[in-house]
Amino acid sequence: MDNQSLLTIACLTASVLFILSLRGLSGQETAKRGNTYGVVGMIFAVGATVLIALKGNFVPVIGAVAIAVAIGWVLAARVQMTAMPELVAVLHSFVGLAAVLVGFASYLDPNGAHDSLTIFHIEIWVDVFIGAITFTGSVLAFLKLRGTVSGRPTLLPGRHFLNLAMLVACVVCAGLYVGQPTEAGLQYLLIVAVIASVLGVHLVAAIGGADMPVVVSMLNSYSGWTAAAAGFMLSNDLLIITGALVGSSGAILSYIMCEAMNRSIWNVIFGGFGTEGAAPAKAADDGEAREVVEFDDGDTVGVLQGAKNVIIVPGYGMAVARAQHAVNEMTQLLRKNGCTVRFAIHPVAGRLPGHMNILLAEANVPYDIVLEMEEINEDFDDTDVVLVIGANDIVNPGALEDESSPIYGMPVLEVWNAKRTIMMKRSRRTGYAGVDNPLFYHENTRMLFGDARETMEKLNTGLRN
Amino acid sequence: MLIGIPKEVKTNEKRVAATPDTVAKLKKMGFDVCIQAGAGAAASYPDASYEEAGARLEASAEAVWQSDLVLKVNPPQALGNGSGHETDLLKENGNLISFLWPAQNTELIESIAAKNVTSLGMESVPRISRAQKLDALSSMGNIAGYRAVLEAANIFGSFFTGQITAAGKVPPAKVLVIGAGVAGLSAIGAARGLGAIVRAFDTRPVVKDQVESLGGEFLELDFEEDGTGAGGYAKVMSKEFIDAEMALFREQAKEVDIVITTALIPGKKAPILWTDDMLQLMKPGSVVVDLAAEQGGNCEGTVAGQVTVKHHVNLIGYTDLTSRLPTTASQLYAQNLVHLLKDMGGGENYNVDLEDEVVRGALITHQGEVTWPPPKPEAPPAQETKPAPKPEPKPVAAEAPAKEEVPKKSGPWGAIFGLGLVGAWLFLHFNAGGLSVSAGTEKFLQHLTVFVLAVFVGWQVIWNVTASLHTPLMSVTNAISGIIIIGGLFQASGDITHPAAYLGIAAIFFATINIAGGFLVTKRMLAMFHK
Repeated sequence: MDNQSLLTIACLTASVLFILSLRGLSGQETAKRGNTYGVVGMIFAVGATVLIALKGNFVPVIGAVAIAVAIGWVLAARVQMTAMPELVAVLHSFVGLAAVLVGFASYLDPNGAHDSLTIFHIEIWVDVFIGAITFTGSVLAFLKLRGTVSGRPTLLPGRHFLNLAMLVACVVCAGLYVGQPTEAGLQYLLIVAVIASVLGVHLVAAIGGADMPVVVSMLNSYSGWTAAAAGFMLSNDLLIITGALVGSSGAILSYIMCEAMNRSIWNVIFGGFGTEGAAPAKAADDGEAREVVEFDDGDTVGVLQGAKNVIIVPGYGMAVARAQHAVNEMTQLLRKNGCTVRFAIHPVAGRLPGHMNILLAEANVPYDIVLEMEEINEDFDDTDVVLVIGANDIVNPGALEDESSPIYGMPVLEVWNAKRTIMMKRSRRTGYAGVDNPLFYHENTRMLFGDARETMEKLNTGLRN
Repeated sequence: MLIGIPKEVKTNEKRVAATPDTVAKLKKMGFDVCIQAGAGAAASYPDASYEEAGARLEASAEAVWQSDLVLKVNPPQALGNGSGHETDLLKENGNLISFLWPAQNTELIESIAAKNVTSLGMESVPRISRAQKLDALSSMGNIAGYRAVLEAANIFGSFFTGQITAAGKVPPAKVLVIGAGVAGLSAIGAARGLGAIVRAFDTRPVVKDQVESLGGEFLELDFEEDGTGAGGYAKVMSKEFIDAEMALFREQAKEVDIVITTALIPGKKAPILWTDDMLQLMKPGSVVVDLAAEQGGNCEGTVAGQVTVKHHVNLIGYTDLTSRLPTTASQLYAQNLVHLLKDMGGGENYNVDLEDEVVRGALITHQGEVTWPPPKPEAPPAQETKPAPKPEPKPVAAEAPAKEEVPKKSGPWGAIFGLGLVGAWLFLHFNAGGLSVSAGTEKFLQHLTVFVLAVFVGWQVIWNVTASLHTPLMSVTNAISGIIIIGGLFQASGDITHPAAYLGIAAIFFATINIAGGFLVTKRMLAMFHK
């Protein structure tokens, strides 16, 4: 069998395995097998390519792979589940960077033979452009998620114009370099890389902290399209297929996230959300007369002990305080007490799609009591106690009732229908969206201020006695 | 339409098929009602109260039987004075609603059909959610269970509740209820109410919660077999199961004071659950109430309709327990009838709708034909699933929107991708051959085909990913987007001093971090999910 056929077969096998891998994720039972399919597919693809394409420089290549595996291994093994968004973002940036590097390498490759130089150059341009945006965008997203850079949106004046200008500049550079000999075109390709890098930073800088799930999903999508562009450039179907799979995956996730926030994707991408100060200010005016009713640990324990049916609504605050283990313990205590405990997960709770599910799974909460918004929203009527842990915007009744609210129209968990809602919060601050929450003043709501983990531990001690 | 309520002729029957309350309801629904004088007397409903509610009194049974629709409790039977049979009184082409027990009364049913009478048997009403309000068996079962406890208490020589008196301590009575159907549950509740310790056994594990909710203790066998049968009844169990069950009963026989058996299997003789040797194990003065006495009895030695003593144990075999609580039994049964008539269209629009599952199920004779048993919509599942015809339409209704939703999301995209695909293919095949298209363009189009196809597949696959796995989805797609390593590998072999080679190696480096990190972290996350 000649090399080309071998590569084609390996490529086909790997593609099928990757598709099976994603398919496996349709349910918890099959997900582990899905991951294994992915690993096997990757071994096929890389193995075949090494056999056929790698003809020299074995030592540096093996060295690079060994170090990289070690780094990847350590990153993955050490990461806290609460820091998962950061890890995902930084991994995206590597794909972007690798794509840019491959783009330049292909451009400079002295042995490359191409049927159409124009098409080849355009493909490189696309690869480098998307790759650079993915790279710098992901790095900034990583820094924002980590808190190194403020999560507040940075809005330059005339930012839409700036974006457009950068895009035009990149297209102009493309026109200047396409079809040129390598030496003449290189500088323009470099300019494209630099401008695209700035564009990546600028795009992500304008997006606020609460929209991070969308940003991360979008960058996920970009990293896929980058790989697909590299596939076109290198005439490699496997890259195209894989890139397309990843690209559509990220696109769907972004779409789901936007849907959950009732906003268009454009609104998020070019966002600057939560900055229109008018509505929150008005809410604050009304709010002065309203008082919240506080609960202490003892009151909360009493209410929980009397409850037959409890729903816990976790939010980003639970992740920040790393309270998921204490939450699991409370679940066990309450269930032992004969109480039905369930979890309600809003699609955009946390900073990553599915973030809360991961945290609860880490803490050993059985996944069959962790329900999605649509599954549980109607059950709040028959619920004795709802415990909201570090969530705010996703339980804001203003989203349904107050047309002036910036989050009006966003589907939220209707916790106020329960007999008693206990809001656990660190402070009285508004959520990321900067919107006041009428739920605090609702007659059924009691506020329990304090760090989520410490408070949960105190409550658990109370429940044990 | 005129409804007639005759006086029941069965010996010791005190119930009646209408009460003043239901007569008023029937009048409101547009029926006229006539009632035989003295029909409700035994159930403490005097004639005057019926008249007040709007019923016309008739002195003779014959007059009442000439009504368009006769409502009764018991199946028509021989008149007491030897002067004939109630079926003789039936009006040609008339209507009859009553308990009819068609399986046991084939001759009776034939004679009803011969008179061209449309009859509905209250015992044959299908046991589905919608028909609960007209489920007379449940109404009567409830009463029988309650009354069984009272009959036992009446004979039993001690308190039900435990007491500590100045004269000494009295332990509470221990009651064992076998069969936790409607009657069994009602017995559990009544015995608990009197203060006894109540245990219950049933072959259907699903009733455990119901037993416990009433304060009973559910006895379990260390044996895996589910006895859930059709229509809320239990099915016949395997021999091994029955042996284990008998062993459990022998243990219990030494301890319990009262045993109430309620085990019925539809269409069959009642199973013997309480054997002679168990009676011998019981303390003298204990009581066994056999609610299945009419169907042969669950206890060896019960005599239907009588109280007997065997091995110093009192065996109560009354078959008229419901009739021993006539006021409420009549009211509940009459109320079931009202609900049925309401479903059938009331006085103005009374009709026998053969399409109505409930009516069809209860219909015994119609237009001279015996229509019982009703045709089964699906043959074998009726044995296993509880309500036979009901599950059929329901899952369909629930599934339909779910099925629609997936294509709705991907539909337009699918169409766009499909069109793109066809377009690319056409372009390739017609242009590449005939017109002069450069090799580069052709190759590009081939790749485009693959790309569009892959996006389409990805779109279909990703929509199936459950929301709770979105984070692992991201990390796994992250890992597989490390496939860009292939690009690096193609470039890495050249002269190491050439930028193409070291850029390629750098790309391999970064892509490998992704592959290793992505897969490992996904594995870590997925390992955490458990039920």
